[in-house]
Amino acid sequence: MIRFILNNQTIETELPKGFTVLDFVRYRKNLKGTKIGCREGDCGACTVLVGELIDKKVKYRTQTSCLMPLANAAGKHIVTIEGINKENGELTEVQQALVDESGTQCGFCTVGFVMSLTNFCLDETPKTNEMAVSAIDGNICRCTGYKSIERAAMKLCDKSEPSAVADGLSCAIEKEIVPEYFKDINFRLKVMSEPAALNRSLQQTVPTRFVSGGTDLYVQRPEVMVHAEAESLFDNTELRFIKESDDFVELGASVVVTDLLESEVFNRLFPNLYKHLKLVSSTPIRNMATLAGNFVNASPIGDMTAWFLALNAQIELSKPPASADGRTAQTRNIALKDFYLGYKQLAKSDDEFISKIRFRKNFTNFNFEKVCKRTYLDIASVNTAISLRSEPPASAGGSSVITKAHVSAGGVAPIPLYLRKTSEFLRGREISQETIAEAHEIIQTEIAPISDVRGAENYKRLLLRQLFTAHFVELFNIKP
Amino acid sequence: MKNVDSKSHVRGESVYLDDVPLLQGTLFACVYDSPIAHGKLKSVDFGEAEKSAGVVKIITAKDLIGENQIGGILPDEPLLADEEVHFCGMPVAFVLAETEEQARAAAKLIKAEIEPLEIITDAREAQAKGELIAPPKTFKLGDSEKAFSECEHIFEGRADVNGQEHLYIETQGAYAIPTEQGGLKIYSSTQGPTAVQRAVSSVTGLPMHQIEVDVTRLGGGFGGKEDQANAWAAFCAVGTQLTKRPVKFALHRMEDMRMTGKRHPYSADYKIGLDKDLKIVAYEAVFYQNAGAACDLSIAVLERTLFHATNSYFIPNVSATAFSCRTNLPPNTAFRGFGGPQGMFVIESAIVHAAEKLNVSAAEIQQKNLLQDGDEFPYGQIAESDAITSWTQAAEKYDFEKLKTAAEEFNNQNKFIKKGVAVQPVCFGISFTKTPMNQARSLVHVYTDGSVAVSTGAVEMGQGVNTKIAQVAAKILSLPIERIKVHSTNTLRIANTSPTAASAAADLNGKATEMACDAVLQRLLPIAFEMTSDSAYRVSPSGDRSGAPKGATLGEGAPKGATLGGDAPKGATLGGDASHGISFYDGFVYRDGELTSLNWVTLVNEAYMRRVSLSEHAHYATPGIHFDWSVAKGHPFAYHVYGTAIVGVTVDCLRGIYEIDFVKCCHDFGSSMNTSVDYGQIEGGIVQGLGWMTMEEIFYDADGKLRSNALSTYKIPDIYSVPKEIDILPLETERKNLAVFNSKAVGEPPLMYGIGAYFAIREAVKAFNPEISPKFDAPFTPEKVLMNLYSGYLKAAKTG
Repeated sequence: MIRFILNNQTIETELPKGFTVLDFVRYRKNLKGTKIGCREGDCGACTVLVGELIDKKVKYRTQTSCLMPLANAAGKHIVTIEGINKENGELTEVQQALVDESGTQCGFCTVGFVMSLTNFCLDETPKTNEMAVSAIDGNICRCTGYKSIERAAMKLCDKSEPSAVADGLSCAIEKEIVPEYFKDINFRLKVMSEPAALNRSLQQTVPTRFVSGGTDLYVQRPEVMVHAEAESLFDNTELRFIKESDDFVELGASVVVTDLLESEVFNRLFPNLYKHLKLVSSTPIRNMATLAGNFVNASPIGDMTAWFLALNAQIELSKPPASADGRTAQTRNIALKDFYLGYKQLAKSDDEFISKIRFRKNFTNFNFEKVCKRTYLDIASVNTAISLRSEPPASAGGSSVITKAHVSAGGVAPIPLYLRKTSEFLRGREISQETIAEAHEIIQTEIAPISDVRGAENYKRLLLRQLFTAHFVELFNIKP
Repeated sequence: MKNVDSKSHVRGESVYLDDVPLLQGTLFACVYDSPIAHGKLKSVDFGEAEKSAGVVKIITAKDLIGENQIGGILPDEPLLADEEVHFCGMPVAFVLAETEEQARAAAKLIKAEIEPLEIITDAREAQAKGELIAPPKTFKLGDSEKAFSECEHIFEGRADVNGQEHLYIETQGAYAIPTEQGGLKIYSSTQGPTAVQRAVSSVTGLPMHQIEVDVTRLGGGFGGKEDQANAWAAFCAVGTQLTKRPVKFALHRMEDMRMTGKRHPYSADYKIGLDKDLKIVAYEAVFYQNAGAACDLSIAVLERTLFHATNSYFIPNVSATAFSCRTNLPPNTAFRGFGGPQGMFVIESAIVHAAEKLNVSAAEIQQKNLLQDGDEFPYGQIAESDAITSWTQAAEKYDFEKLKTAAEEFNNQNKFIKKGVAVQPVCFGISFTKTPMNQARSLVHVYTDGSVAVSTGAVEMGQGVNTKIAQVAAKILSLPIERIKVHSTNTLRIANTSPTAASAAADLNGKATEMACDAVLQRLLPIAFEMTSDSAYRVSPSGDRSGAPKGATLGEGAPKGATLGGDAPKGATLGGDASHGISFYDGFVYRDGELTSLNWVTLVNEAYMRRVSLSEHAHYATPGIHFDWSVAKGHPFAYHVYGTAIVGVTVDCLRGIYEIDFVKCCHDFGSSMNTSVDYGQIEGGIVQGLGWMTMEEIFYDADGKLRSNALSTYKIPDIYSVPKEIDILPLETERKNLAVFNSKAVGEPPLMYGIGAYFAIREAVKAFNPEISPKFDAPFTPEKVLMNLYSGYLKAAKTG
């Protein structure tokens, strides 16, 4: 049985845990405000708020309910538009802003925007214009051309005083952006999670299928996933941490992209973190997509895979204990670059799952590049990441030598590619135009792109050359 | 005045097809569609599917009681494949089951044996093989052949422009319910309730009066639901007819994308001739339209390509020919602009080609050839042109020269970032080019509590037509907008509707509503006159007017005076003595300009007591329009909409990606009756046009399979890809027009401003790589940008 709170109602359901939250709210609870646009997380019409108890506070994030299994709603607060609407029929500040700016035409996508902007108002992001737009980066509208929606979003910034940021939720309740009953959610979730109802440990039978954020599995095979006896790793608290030691950073495999964005460690190690991760899908998907999910999906153009390949990350694979009382899971480690054997073929048995990710901090420079048809919320034609250690640490103009180098490239082979020869070549070389030019030649021998909907072979070859060049423009201002 | 639906939209309370409450016993459906683009249907194996859990019935062509035909213009489109399949996604069978999941699971078990036939996906290839939907059409003005012999400069070339997926966020769908005596009620997400009614009548064999089609609103249409909503409604209707149970079918996104047609891709050859002063003297174009496997609306779309083949320019000698070519793709269909944008892209390409060769700016040629009053269009209509006015006002307000110089200076200083600026004038004709379609009806009921219900043939799909119609009624009846309710579009209330299309719905249905309200008012006037002749009503109401509805209605300003033509309450507003000196304002009756104590509700009740009709069904037909296809001349448009946009872009020449910096346009609204709705249409149209010209790339492989078949592979603009700035300057003009309250149609014309982005990107690419003359081949995807920026790379790779 799955228990959670939907708006102001406690839910207990025996439905399959793979059933989507979208179908549940629309067709089982008759909450028709949440719309179906694509069922693949690409339009945002079904966006809901998901509140989770973290450090004794309820933290809300947006998710696309089409890709969200009920299992991942367990113990949480799911909020649809019906849970936001004022009972007296008046509009919330968010709704009023959209009306005032004529940010709604056919209305079909509108609720998704309301939910995203509501979350913006109650979470702790700075209330800047940039972040307001960022909050709706996963919502597609075909009617308005967005300018009116943008104006509405800006209005919400103007009104929020900086002091209000500290406790977004209380402030949002006070301003009636969300109803009063949100006050009790903290307590209700706590009670719900107490009676060992949420046994997060692995189940008795040995699972051979795992799901975490669902953002790929529910796109690829939704029908199967509804009834699949899959073990959900998404809310396994043991898999959600970011730890730093002297030499390493270690992450739980169910860390989502947004966790990286909010991590002090990552912001320190990757100075362009926001700029780069903004290129990765959209806010609601970044709230759901786990690192391990990205790795095991084995898409040749997985953004986070390219990212961690360029960090030469190690992954830890675990087997669930054979019996419930067996506490120690079997584990082994493997380099991410050795994880991919062929197209969608992994060096992993069915009963293994990724539990940890680890990388060394000994790089001085990191860059991520990605080009697609649409700059944001799109799958790459080609992506690439690079981590370098240069000595002395390179500054623009000065000459320094690369001592460590790892380069990845996506969209140019059947697997997410670690450019072994190129990485090897770069080690010991001076950072110069000549080095880049020679590396170009090597890269072209390492890749085998194919022509498809994301671009012709020639284009992908040229594009990787350009993006590799861009790494050095971005890091060392070396222009071709 | 905001869209009347906006409050229920933001609360998620607006009702779309998938939100209609279901009746007990409703069946769910799924289509089995052809995996092969062209072939002989040898056999279909339903064995496993029929035995699959929950399956009630599987319907094929043989089960239809009526005809297997849903073609709108030509009878060439079967609902279900019978002997042959003609495109990937062509419906072969229709599965009905107790749940949606069961229907989909069963459809997956169906196997068809199809003997492959030759697949054509290219329009030129189809034309060469004689695969035409209809004979070609030609527009001629002057003598282009002779004119070319006298031209100083002649340029010939080819332009290609891809299609566009509508991507209404609400997918197609329908819900059919059996009514007594074998009738049907159909909820449909359609722009054309009558088209659905006809298609359902065809496949069920039922007369149209047995079929009620009801549309509350659409979650976007853009032309994609003008004709292509028919099939889904027809399926549900047949399912209901055969099982006596309600049947619902709402398409999944990928089903919708692969089974429905899109904006037509075109390929064209052009030849343009100029004199030494850069006047375009002659223009010839041959268009190859990729129609897909059946006509759908292709012929009408093709005609509009010809109507707009010379865009805003006067060219004295023109010959334009267009072929509608049959290919093995889903039948392509209406999409905002309806063939006009493709025609315009080609003439703009020709002008840019000439400018490039002559080393002048394209804007110079554009400006020198703008239509003037009295110029003749190739189809015979005489222009009342605001092309020059809009150009001048845009150029002055936005300082075009400065924008251009700034881009040039920027380009001189930056190697890897380049800017481009282009001007895009637009001239778009308003009216259905098939003259008989320019008619509409409105049904107005005034109830005894004074509230008013309006029904028309217009379908609300976000464009705000219901808001405008409510405004019309409110203005004519001088009532606050809250007292007007515009109801669903329903074939029982309004028959024989034209689809909501051609930007004309507000004009046609608004005019009909104006007439209906006016007729009711005419019947009330003598009663009001008589009542106010009684001294009891001659006194002004003292103080308390709370019983009366407040405020009138139009636009955002303060309530303006009496609404029957005058500005202030005064008599004789209906012309001559007919008004008896009676007028209305603020819910009260005025007599000879003097306020009386007679209010709207009292008057309406008195009319009822006197057995005077408080309802009216009015019919409007656009006057003065005609077209004779035997000579391809006439006066097809009620009026034209003009405008000029300046588009600026920045290209990242390292990565081949770009941003749209601004679109600044001077646009002809006439006098807008709702600026918030109209500005929204312009912004939305521009962005849709930009998407078509930049990132939206329809991709069929050689087997006719759609590869850009989901939102993950077909990208429409997101919030980051829209122009940083959209600025709109209303054209100042005193001209009268045939639009409702002089408020010109606004749905389609702004889309074509987006074409400017293509040429602005081209400018920037050339600034980086002057060697290259990029092919005229839209959209200008990042891939094409990069390949053009580094055209040398490929050559080196080939020789290397």
